[in-house]
Amino acid sequence: MDLNLSDEQRLLRESAERFVAESYDADHRRKMNNDPLGFSPAVWKQFAELGWLALPIPEEFGGLGGGAVEIGILMEAFGRGLVSEPYVATVVLCAGLIDRCGSAAQKQTMLPRIADGTLKLAFAHSERSARFDLAKVAATANRTAQGWRLSGSKIAVLDGHAADEIVVSAHIHDHQGPSGRLGLFLVPAQSLSVSDYPRLGGGRACNLELSDVHVPEDALLGDGHDALPGIEWAVDRAMAALGAEAVGIMQVLLDTTLDYTKIRKQFGRPLSANQVIRHRLADMAMQVDEARSMALRAALKVDSPPVERARAASGAKAKIGSCARFVGEQSIQLHGGMGVTEELEVGAYFKRLVAYETLFGGSAHHYGRHASLGRTIVPA
Amino acid sequence: MDLSFNAEERAFQDEVRGFIAKNLTEEMRRATALTPSVFSDPDIGMAWQRALHKQGWGAPGWPVEYGGPDWTPAQRWIFETESARAGVPNVNVMGVKMVGPVIIGFGSPEQKNFYLPRILSGEDYWCQGYSEPGSGSDLSSLKTRAVRDGDDYIINGTKIWTTHAHHANRMFALVRTSDEPRQQDGISFILIDMTAPGITTRPILTIGGDHEVNQVFFDDVRVPVANRVGEEGKGWTYGKYLLEFERGSGIASAKLREGLKAISDLAESDLTGRAIDSPDIATRISEVEVDIDALEMTELRVLSALQTGQNPGAVSSILKLRNSEIRQAVTRLGVDVIGHDALAVEPMRPLYRLNHEPPTTEEMLTVVPEYLNGRAYTIFGGTSEIQRDIIAKMMLGI
Repeated sequence: MDLNLSDEQRLLRESAERFVAESYDADHRRKMNNDPLGFSPAVWKQFAELGWLALPIPEEFGGLGGGAVEIGILMEAFGRGLVSEPYVATVVLCAGLIDRCGSAAQKQTMLPRIADGTLKLAFAHSERSARFDLAKVAATANRTAQGWRLSGSKIAVLDGHAADEIVVSAHIHDHQGPSGRLGLFLVPAQSLSVSDYPRLGGGRACNLELSDVHVPEDALLGDGHDALPGIEWAVDRAMAALGAEAVGIMQVLLDTTLDYTKIRKQFGRPLSANQVIRHRLADMAMQVDEARSMALRAALKVDSPPVERARAASGAKAKIGSCARFVGEQSIQLHGGMGVTEELEVGAYFKRLVAYETLFGGSAHHYGRHASLGRTIVPA
Repeated sequence: MDLSFNAEERAFQDEVRGFIAKNLTEEMRRATALTPSVFSDPDIGMAWQRALHKQGWGAPGWPVEYGGPDWTPAQRWIFETESARAGVPNVNVMGVKMVGPVIIGFGSPEQKNFYLPRILSGEDYWCQGYSEPGSGSDLSSLKTRAVRDGDDYIINGTKIWTTHAHHANRMFALVRTSDEPRQQDGISFILIDMTAPGITTRPILTIGGDHEVNQVFFDDVRVPVANRVGEEGKGWTYGKYLLEFERGSGIASAKLREGLKAISDLAESDLTGRAIDSPDIATRISEVEVDIDALEMTELRVLSALQTGQNPGAVSSILKLRNSEIRQAVTRLGVDVIGHDALAVEPMRPLYRLNHEPPTTEEMLTVVPEYLNGRAYTIFGGTSEIQRDIIAKMMLGI
């Protein structure tokens, strides 16, 4: 039992924090917010050079073989800078799906290109009527003589506009009719009409309409086994990563708010001289710490048996979500009127937290999932 | 990073389980489950302390030369977790975990030689004389006075919230030995024989119906000067040192988890008409469980830092605060889970030696008293408000 960072992990944290501190400031963020791409291809190239795109990819496919803890270390630093590069979409979600569900040939073709920065992917899974239920998919993939015909509507595709290919989930209908299995299909982005929008808190996303999109036979990841377990694993891992990012965001909000309450004077003394403010800040600090514990816990259990992993992921999503709401809202409150303006950075960090809470389902959904997965009350 | 135990740690876990299986009697286990106050009564608690002492495990936190077992933080974690899981008695901490470290840190060789073995063996039973009717959160305003008379102090005043004073033969107390401009100065730390003439004890019943705390009165009580620990007037420093032990023993999540498990089992049983089938109850159990997960992770992070010699700092206040709040959430959930059975009161104590049929089944008997008495968790050992002050000052620098 040891939760201290290894030397390698410490180095990763230091280099990520240094990179974010040097490359990401308010001006850069504003520029990216008004950019049609929403991120910088030059920065993406640097990510590749630093080895961050290769981080969680297995060594046999050109990666560094890191795990969810290493992803979390990187993501917490990304949160501090509100990084808007499509890291979660490409490296955490899609590289994970390919690694879990893809054939050896598909892994060999795609994973090294993700690692070296030449292939960007996005995951199209959510549908409006499913809300946050990962098993609920209406999109279909019908077997044709040449391959597959995809139909359906997907929403909230993270960074879909920037992807070279999109991984689309759909129910497999083979020649006998519905198979009851989900499949993941690689669809070249140029064969889709993508209408993207700026995403709350930075980056972009899009909705997709698939009306009889034809893809070849080998567009299906793997051999047609049900992809749902792989999707659940990949989303649980992404939620752990996003939780770490939220911790980085919350830490910045806490630090910024703390500094402000020391400087801002009313009634002839700093705000922080008031006990009601001090206790609020103590609660914020405590919730940042709880969130940090939960993000780490979810990361450490990414490769545990499915129920244990899913309960840790949902527990973390629910808990960090409620901590994020408290820390975010109180940061605005303690900055007073200025907190509600675009003139301070507080709002940008707050908006990213609101986006975090919504992605893959909010706290109420995940407490419900946690409860539905049984009541095996087991210790660490 | 790794959450799992290594081979050595697993072997130790087996050793602890073996020890508990051999020494924890059904009577002790049942009595502990049916005690809705913080500590087990002395007959139950001290029986366990004697078994621990015989094994060489009587004082896990003490240095080896005074009888500590020289455990790593991971071993302490395993010991506490296994103890909670098995439901071992809640030994009064005033001896081993509180006055013991102060005597070890600041006591004279004579005091160490006399008191420490008697704490380990359970021969002495200690209570704490800190709070006074006029000095709660503002503890250093205390007024109980010790006036020097030859080789004795003569003590007058009163102490309150004195846990198990009615069982204890010794008290460690903070008393005022002089008046100084700063109220924290002029306080001394002394050890009092509870059988000394002039000491009277008044029971205070808590709202759960239990007699655990008392008020203690001192009328011209003579205590030898040799019973003072450390320097005269430096008692506040020693007392604060001790409070850090009270707050930061650091391994509370295992007990919380057992408490939640008991409530969750009740919710799944026909005794409560399967309260769990209400989505509200099921979700609230998950919410509390997740809070315990977070606290447990923080405890493990602190333990990991301790393994490498880092200082966890003001985090002991976070642990105390969260532990007390979650404990209250568990007990509140318990009341909601048992429904109408929460209306039934059993006034007799101890609950494990009733001579009549209780109004509810044993599983439910402690639920309401634990909720009611449990309101004290966010008050004793420094209120939640004081903990937030400490976090703001020590962690945030404001």
